[in-house]
Amino acid sequence: MEHKETRLIFKHIDEPGYTNDIDCYMQYGGYEQLKKAVTMKPEDICAEVLTSGVRGRGGAGFPAGMKWKFLDRKSGKPIYLICNADESEPGTFKDRQIIHQDPHQLIEGMMCAAFAIQAKLAFIYIRGEFFQGYRILEKAIEEARSKNFLGDNILGSGYSCDIIVHRGAGAYICGEETGLIESLEGFRANPRIKPPYFPAALGAYQCPTIVNNVETLCDVKHIVEMGGEAFAKIGTPGNTGTRIWCVSGHVQKPGYYEFACADITLGQLIYDVCGGLKPGRKLKAVIPGGSSAKILRADERFKGKLKDGSEFDWGIEDIPMDFDSLAAVGSMSGSGGVIVMDDTTDMVEALANINYFYAHESCGQCTPCREGVPWMRKVTQRMVDGEAREEDADLLKSIADQIAGRTICAFGEAASWPVQSFIAKFKDEFVEKAKEQAARRKEGKATATETTLI
Amino acid sequence: MNLKPETIEKIDKLVPRYPTMRSAALPLCHLVQEDQGYLSNEAMEWIAQRLDLQPINIIEIVSFYPMLRTEPTGQYHVRVCRTLPCALAGAYQTCHRFEEEFGCKVGHTSADGKVTLEFVECHADCGKGPVVMVGEDEYTDIDPEKASELASKMKSGELSNGLPA
Amino acid sequence: MKIESIVENITINIDGQDVDVPKGINIIEAVKMAGKGKEVPHYCYHPKLSIAGNCRMCMVEMGMPMRDRTTGEAILEEDGSPKIGWMPKPTIGCATNASPGMHIRTHSDMVKESRNGVTEFLLINHPLDCPICDQAGECRLQEFSAEHGRGYSRFIEDKNVKPKRTRLGPRVTLDDERCILCSRCVRFSKEIANDDVLGFVDRGTYSTLTCYPGKELAHNYSLNTVDICPVGALTSTDFRFKMRVWFLKRTHSICTESSIGANTEIWSREGKIYRITPRRNDEVNDTWMTDSGRDLFKPIESEDRLTHYTIEGVHTTCDEAAASVVKLIQAGDVALVGSAHSSVEEQFFYKQIADRSGAKVSLVSHQGEGDGLLLSEDRSPNLRGALVTGLITELPEARLETLAREINSGAVKTIFAVNEDLTELGISKEALAKVNVIYVGTHANATSEVASVVLPSLSVFEKDGTFINQSFRLQRFKAAVPGPRGVEPDYTVLEKIAAPLSQEKPASLTIDLVWERMAPKISQFDDSFRWRSLPDDGVALNASAFLDLDFVETKNLKYDPAAFKEAHAAPVEA
Repeated sequence: MEHKETRLIFKHIDEPGYTNDIDCYMQYGGYEQLKKAVTMKPEDICAEVLTSGVRGRGGAGFPAGMKWKFLDRKSGKPIYLICNADESEPGTFKDRQIIHQDPHQLIEGMMCAAFAIQAKLAFIYIRGEFFQGYRILEKAIEEARSKNFLGDNILGSGYSCDIIVHRGAGAYICGEETGLIESLEGFRANPRIKPPYFPAALGAYQCPTIVNNVETLCDVKHIVEMGGEAFAKIGTPGNTGTRIWCVSGHVQKPGYYEFACADITLGQLIYDVCGGLKPGRKLKAVIPGGSSAKILRADERFKGKLKDGSEFDWGIEDIPMDFDSLAAVGSMSGSGGVIVMDDTTDMVEALANINYFYAHESCGQCTPCREGVPWMRKVTQRMVDGEAREEDADLLKSIADQIAGRTICAFGEAASWPVQSFIAKFKDEFVEKAKEQAARRKEGKATATETTLI
Repeated sequence: MNLKPETIEKIDKLVPRYPTMRSAALPLCHLVQEDQGYLSNEAMEWIAQRLDLQPINIIEIVSFYPMLRTEPTGQYHVRVCRTLPCALAGAYQTCHRFEEEFGCKVGHTSADGKVTLEFVECHADCGKGPVVMVGEDEYTDIDPEKASELASKMKSGELSNGLPA
Repeated sequence: MKIESIVENITINIDGQDVDVPKGINIIEAVKMAGKGKEVPHYCYHPKLSIAGNCRMCMVEMGMPMRDRTTGEAILEEDGSPKIGWMPKPTIGCATNASPGMHIRTHSDMVKESRNGVTEFLLINHPLDCPICDQAGECRLQEFSAEHGRGYSRFIEDKNVKPKRTRLGPRVTLDDERCILCSRCVRFSKEIANDDVLGFVDRGTYSTLTCYPGKELAHNYSLNTVDICPVGALTSTDFRFKMRVWFLKRTHSICTESSIGANTEIWSREGKIYRITPRRNDEVNDTWMTDSGRDLFKPIESEDRLTHYTIEGVHTTCDEAAASVVKLIQAGDVALVGSAHSSVEEQFFYKQIADRSGAKVSLVSHQGEGDGLLLSEDRSPNLRGALVTGLITELPEARLETLAREINSGAVKTIFAVNEDLTELGISKEALAKVNVIYVGTHANATSEVASVVLPSLSVFEKDGTFINQSFRLQRFKAAVPGPRGVEPDYTVLEKIAAPLSQEKPASLTIDLVWERMAPKISQFDDSFRWRSLPDDGVALNASAFLDLDFVETKNLKYDPAAFKEAHAAPVEA
């Protein structure tokens, strides 16, 4: 069945002939919204964003309009806007396209947002591995500056704001907003304790700061264009606008696909849009929102009540792709990274792969994460190395339970949820692995088998 | 400290843009590493002095971020993404092939100094995995076959080392 | 007089009990105030450092009175008490500030479980070093593992290996495996000592405390990091492997390095001192002291310690020596060179001796560079004691030129020197040969060698007494170890000299009897002051009589000369 994408943000991505320079952007009506925005009252733009109900597309899904509302506008300190372009959540590759192919959309969205919150200075924190993207953004900013779309006295409005592109250097924790701010200030990217360091009050340089994802800031431009109400009509109540789903793993056509929220189900996404699984394979599991999201089992049945009170009873293929439905089935839409696993996947190895990632990326500041996450890695590594024990599954869950909710930042949850959900959904595989290895040990054979994912 | 004049110029232009000098620490580490190939003790002390900081402040961040290195790499800095989506696409098999081709274990530099082979974490292009970086250049959909192709091009010197001129 | 800022008290509820606490105080301090020995266990929090919040040990369960979302009215239980909305996740106590109506649970299942978890996590990579670790007996990890730990280990993987026994600085040894990365030392070095020299390298579980290669933790406050390190990662190289702390007796004392008068703790066993650490006094030194001050106990066992009363170099009894001194004094033309290192009690007696003999009194000022923290420019602990007792009325000079002239002119026949080597202060050996010298002191020097009578003195570690510091704070010190055998407390000997000068019989004195005599005679003291009942953290005296003197101290941690003068200025009569 054909499912047509709603290409709002990705309108020009992969369009033949579309180039990332400002002339091409302006040919298609680019920067008209900025021209409109600087004639509006900043508080009106903020109101439109609030009405639009747009939720953060970086992973947390927090309504951007509400985040802007919390901004401390009375402190007398300068306000900063930071674009979080540190796309590092495994399975996510949408911001990359915007930065490389349509950077001016981001810049226009940022400048609209900066004007709305009356930011003194804006930053784009881009991950260091986007070498080309960095150069593209620098060039785009200079182009925009030459046309007075940023810098001093933007479009004669009296409002001035510049953008500094700041490169990261390979730390996933810089995607956490306060970790990002610490990194921006020149420190180790150790997230801050909240309270008291809520960025809206005490952010960059202890000044009120808004940190938003690339896709979210692009949405701001579209909200200025169509108005908050019209934006809110896209998708469903509480799940407004479009989402870009990045599908990877065992599908025929991995890639990025933009749909209005709830316009497509997980099954339609995997089988119709992405061409289904490889021949002869069956779906085993899906992680729908980047590796931090809880895993969904292909043969699971999901029952419960949605926010509006309606009941649902879904198979994995029936889950609508939006914020609330994925949360209702016990996972989350996160950053939109859909990782598909077929029946050739060894779940213990998959978890070992994920645990290695989180152990490597832990900043090391607080005790549960610093000690607990590498402990989980050591356990799953030991399991794939041939020394698994049947009680390791319960041990892993117990460690994960001790980390989640006890850490300075959400990394603790991000590292715990995979473990908790893998054990909850696939405990049999973990126990079975130990049994198989014990059997081989008894026969005098090597206990470990060849691995593919670690 | 023998930095190229262009680098000094970039540094002098960049530092005053930030609200604090310390903010320029990470950007300066990038610029000096691009200039010198890596960050020696001398380089870190130079950066500290340039920003009115203590050397400990610089080594703290250099050792925190995997992209910043305190030792030079081989001629080709080959990095294979190992995180789950690329692993599902066969990244470990790709890396094993590189190990065979270069006679070099992952995490090390080959004996002839030609290649430094490393695992890295998700590079945000999972739809086209396995992803391999050589210097600043990205290569996608690198299965073991294509890995061997890349390897032979590196051995012949045909492949760009991916570093800015 | 400065008016104290009024701190608002609010009521919060801790474990079902209502407690009054200052508004905004953090929960760890608030629970301390609740009393009953309750403590919120913590590692990274320190009352004098910024909040880090990284150990996650101080977790408590918190609830706030619930309010109706629309009306803002308080929601009540059936019995009329406010309904409390408890947070689903525990919160860290150090970063939570008390607000009215807050409810705290320190012992719920959630809290116990999270402490269990944190303790387990701290122990999994921690080396099993207790048998060889100096921190044993005063180790918070040991203490809290016993109290809040699981009691058994589930960890069968390999522990992380990090550098052990490295030299972090000239006085500090670092064991990175024991480090729990609480960052107290890093914060201290940066915020208090103003030397940003410590930091963490690498990331995650491999994070390691270190200095930059080539740099060291060498500032004069490095040992404070050892004091505040909750585990045995930072240890004193000097104290390493010397003594188990549970054998040591603790005595309160005062540092004599400078007029700061840092409050200290002397750790001794069977008459031998093993180390000195700072004692908390929020008015004087917070929880810190200098490294150099900690070494001051070492010389008391040196070879050149004066151990016997002597007349012309021959050992004699205390009584005979005292009698000999009295004879010399009664012969007249006496110059008394007192000391700003003497205790207040001793200075009281010296004043008496000076009054009764007509002796001219001079003191010697010892100065050095101040560091703006806890080492002041005045390198003597009790100059102000000499002022308060009236022993001197003006600030002393650094040398004794006037006295030298008086010796030469023959105006002085006997010098009574207390703990000063006169040959270093402008009085040559030849000049000394012209006069009789009575020497009171702890160690031999060029002056004691030519003295007719030598009266050995007890060091600050061996006697009871008081000093008055730069802020005119009267502070008490206690004897920690006995002095050389046969040496009496100074005031005993001085009584044996002073009494006969007024045709009195020397009384048998204790420190309390000394105070009974002294308190009424000194205007800055309350008549009722007694040594034994002085508060442990000292008493601030009225300094208005001395505000015009040009003291050498500049601003340091707890003293601002300008502010001090303002605070003590006598009120203007209407």
